[in-house]
Amino acid sequence: MPIARAARPTTVAVRLGAVVLSGALLAACGSSSDGAATDGAGGEVTITVDLFGSFGYKEAGLYAEYEKLHPGVTIKQTDTEDEADYWKSLQTRLAGGGGLADVQGIEVGRIASVTQLQADKFEDLKKYGADTLKGQFAEAKWAAATGKNGEVLGLGTDVGPEAMCYRKDLFEKAGLPTDREELSKRWATWDGYLELGKQYKAKAPAKSAWLDSIGSLYSIMIGQEEERYYDASGKLIWEDNPALRAAWDHSVAASDSGLSAELDQWSPQWNQAFAAGSFATIPCPAWMLGYIKGQAGESGKGKWDVAALPGGAGNWGGSYLAVPRAAQHKKEAYELVAWLTAPEQQVRLFEKQGNFPSSTGAIEKVAAAKDPYFSNAPIGRIFGDAAKAAPVQVLGVHDQNIAQQITNALSEVERKGTAPEKAWENARKGVANTLG
Amino acid sequence: MTLTAPVTPPKSVPASRRGSSVRRTWQKASPYAYIAPFFTLFAAFGAFPLLYTAYVSLYRVELQTPGDMEWRGLGNYTALLEDEFFWISLRNTFTIGVLSTVPQLVMALGLAHLLNYRMRGRTFLRTAVLLPYATSVAAATLVFAQLFGRDFGLINYLLGTVGIEPVDWQTGTVASQIAVSAVVVWRWTGYNALIYLAGMQSIPDELYEAAAMDGASRWRQFFHVTLPGLRPTIVFTVIVSTIGATQLFGEPLLLEGKISGGISHQYQTLGLYMYEQGWGFFHLGRAAAIAWVMFLLIVVLVGVNALIAHRRSRKEAGR
Repeated sequence: MPIARAARPTTVAVRLGAVVLSGALLAACGSSSDGAATDGAGGEVTITVDLFGSFGYKEAGLYAEYEKLHPGVTIKQTDTEDEADYWKSLQTRLAGGGGLADVQGIEVGRIASVTQLQADKFEDLKKYGADTLKGQFAEAKWAAATGKNGEVLGLGTDVGPEAMCYRKDLFEKAGLPTDREELSKRWATWDGYLELGKQYKAKAPAKSAWLDSIGSLYSIMIGQEEERYYDASGKLIWEDNPALRAAWDHSVAASDSGLSAELDQWSPQWNQAFAAGSFATIPCPAWMLGYIKGQAGESGKGKWDVAALPGGAGNWGGSYLAVPRAAQHKKEAYELVAWLTAPEQQVRLFEKQGNFPSSTGAIEKVAAAKDPYFSNAPIGRIFGDAAKAAPVQVLGVHDQNIAQQITNALSEVERKGTAPEKAWENARKGVANTLG
Repeated sequence: MTLTAPVTPPKSVPASRRGSSVRRTWQKASPYAYIAPFFTLFAAFGAFPLLYTAYVSLYRVELQTPGDMEWRGLGNYTALLEDEFFWISLRNTFTIGVLSTVPQLVMALGLAHLLNYRMRGRTFLRTAVLLPYATSVAAATLVFAQLFGRDFGLINYLLGTVGIEPVDWQTGTVASQIAVSAVVVWRWTGYNALIYLAGMQSIPDELYEAAAMDGASRWRQFFHVTLPGLRPTIVFTVIVSTIGATQLFGEPLLLEGKISGGISHQYQTLGLYMYEQGWGFFHLGRAAAIAWVMFLLIVVLVGVNALIAHRRSRKEAGR
C-alpha cells in the first residue's frame, strides 16, 4: 500500500497551509463546482450554481426558462446529495477563497453559522436592491438570513412544513386503512402512530418495516419544537431540553418495537429502499416529495400518499440561496437568485417538485395544489396548514452538527442494540467533541 | 562529476581566465541547479505545510474564522491524550492495519512465487495483478461498499444461499473493519506481488539448481532459498505498508461516505479522525495536532521496523 498513499499527508498538510496560502489549490481539491465560468465575447455569461439535496430547479425547468428570458446566460448546476458533505466542501472553499460558485445553497440549519461567523464571506444582497423584496418573504425566513449589521446574506427558497408520507399499497397488504383523512385521525398523536406501526408489523409484507429509520422520526419530531439545541439567548440547552428528550424517547420506543427498517438516511441503501418497499411510512417535509419521486421513480406513481403529521405541525429544513464574495458574476447571480425565489417561481417549483414556498404571496396560490404522484393528495392544503401552524424555530450556529451526533447515537440504538442511556452518553460526548 | 570531466578544457590551452572561472563555477553549481526544482517544490508543498501545520497545532483555529487564532501551546496535544475518540481511532488504525497488511503481504508472496514459474501468458498475468492498484480508491471502494451492502449486497446474498444470516458490514466493529481491510488487500496485493517478483528474479538460479540437486522440494526451496533472498525486499514492503496503513483514509471514508467512520466510530482511522476534526468540525488546530502525531507515529514505526531488520541482518552476519 505504498507510494501513492504516502502522498496523502502532504496533500492534507497542503490543504492546511493553503487556508492562508492559496485559494487556487483549494479550488482544485474542492469538490464539484469548477467555478471556471468562461465568458465568451458578446456579453455571454455562465452562472454557476452549487446546491445540495434536491432543490429541483432543473427538474422544474426553471433554468431553461431563465436562459430563454435572458439570452446569453447559461446556468451550470452542480449538486451534492448529502448536505453534510456539501457544507464541508463549501467551508473549505470559503476559507481558501476560491472555487466558489456564483450561487451557493445554504441549509436553514447552517444559516446562523453564516450570519454569525461568516457574514464577511457573502455578499450583502442589499447592494443589488434586495431590500425591496422583503415584503415577499415570511418574516422569520427573512430575519434568519439577516446579519448583525442588517446585511441580507441570502434569499429564502423553500420551507419544510412537515407531513407523513406512506405507501398505500403496503398499508393495504397489511390490512390497514389507506384513507389519508382516517389515518390523520388514527395517528393524531405519536403514540397513535407507533400503535398503528405495531399493527402494521403484525401483518406486514416480508422485508417491510413501518418506518425508514428512527433518525428521521427524531428529526421530524424535533421539527415540531420552537427551542431545540439553543435557547433564544444563544445558550446551549439541548441536554436539558425535555422536548428533545421526548423526541429521543419516542424514537427509541420505535426501535424497541422493531418498527424501523434501520436504514441510514442519505445512504445508497436508503435510496434503494424507496423503490424496494422496505418501509411503509417516512416522515416527510415538503422537499422530501421531490426526493421520493426521484428515488422511487415512475413505478412508485400512485402508490404513495401524504397525510397530516402526528402530533401537530412542524418545520424541517428549508434553504437559502447566497452569493459568495468570491463569486465571479455577482450581479448576474443576484438577478438569478431573485428570480428563482420570486413567488411565481416558488409556486411552479412546489407544483412540480413539492418544495414548499417561503414567499407569502405564493402560499395562498398553491392552496389548491394536488400531486398526482402522491395519489392526488391535496399537498397545497396539507403543507399550507402545517406551514401556518409551524413554530418559528430558534436557530443556533451548530444546530446541524449537534443533530448529526444525536441521529448517529440513535442509529447505534437501532442498528447495534446499544443501550439508550449509553447511546445518549455517546451523543453527549460526540457533541462535546464537535463543539471542541 | 565524472560525466562533466571531458568538457573541461585541456590545461595546455590558455583559456581566458574569466571564462574558465565562470565555467568552473557553473560546473560546481550545476548539480544544485538541476536538483533545485525538486527541492523548491518540496519546500513549497512539503516543508512549508509541515512547519505551518506544526505552527497551527499550537493554536485554537477554526476553519470558519481562520483570522481568530488563540494560543494554546501544547493544549491541542494534551487534549488528545484525554480524547476517547482519538484512542479509538488509534486502535482502529492498528487493527485495520494488521487486518490488511498481514494477509496482503502473505498473499503477495504466494502470488509472486506462482508468477515466478515459467508458464503460458506470464506477462499477461503479471500485468493483470497490477490492475487493482491502477483502480482509483474511490471507484474500488464504492464497488466494495455495494458488495458489502446489508440489504442488497452480493456478499450477504451469497452468505444467505448457504444459510448464514445477513451481516451488517458497516455497523459491526469487526465486520466493518474486515470490509475496509478487504478493499485495501484487494488493491495492494498485486502491487506488492510485483515488488516481490522483482526481488525473486534477482536471486541467482544456481541457488535453486543446487537446492534441487540436493532434493529440496519447491516448497522447501521457497522457505530456504526464496525467503532469505527476499529479506531486504520484505523489509521494504513492510515499512511502506506500515506507512500506508497509518495513513489509511480513502477506504474507510468511502465505505459509508461518513467522516465519523461509522455511527460509533467503529472503523474511524487516525487519518479520518483528523479529517473529521478539520473538515467536519472545522477545528484546524486540533486537526494539525493529530497530523503531527501521525507523522511522529510513522517515524517511530519506521524506526522500529528498521531496527528490527538491522538486528536480524547483524545476527545473520554473525552466524
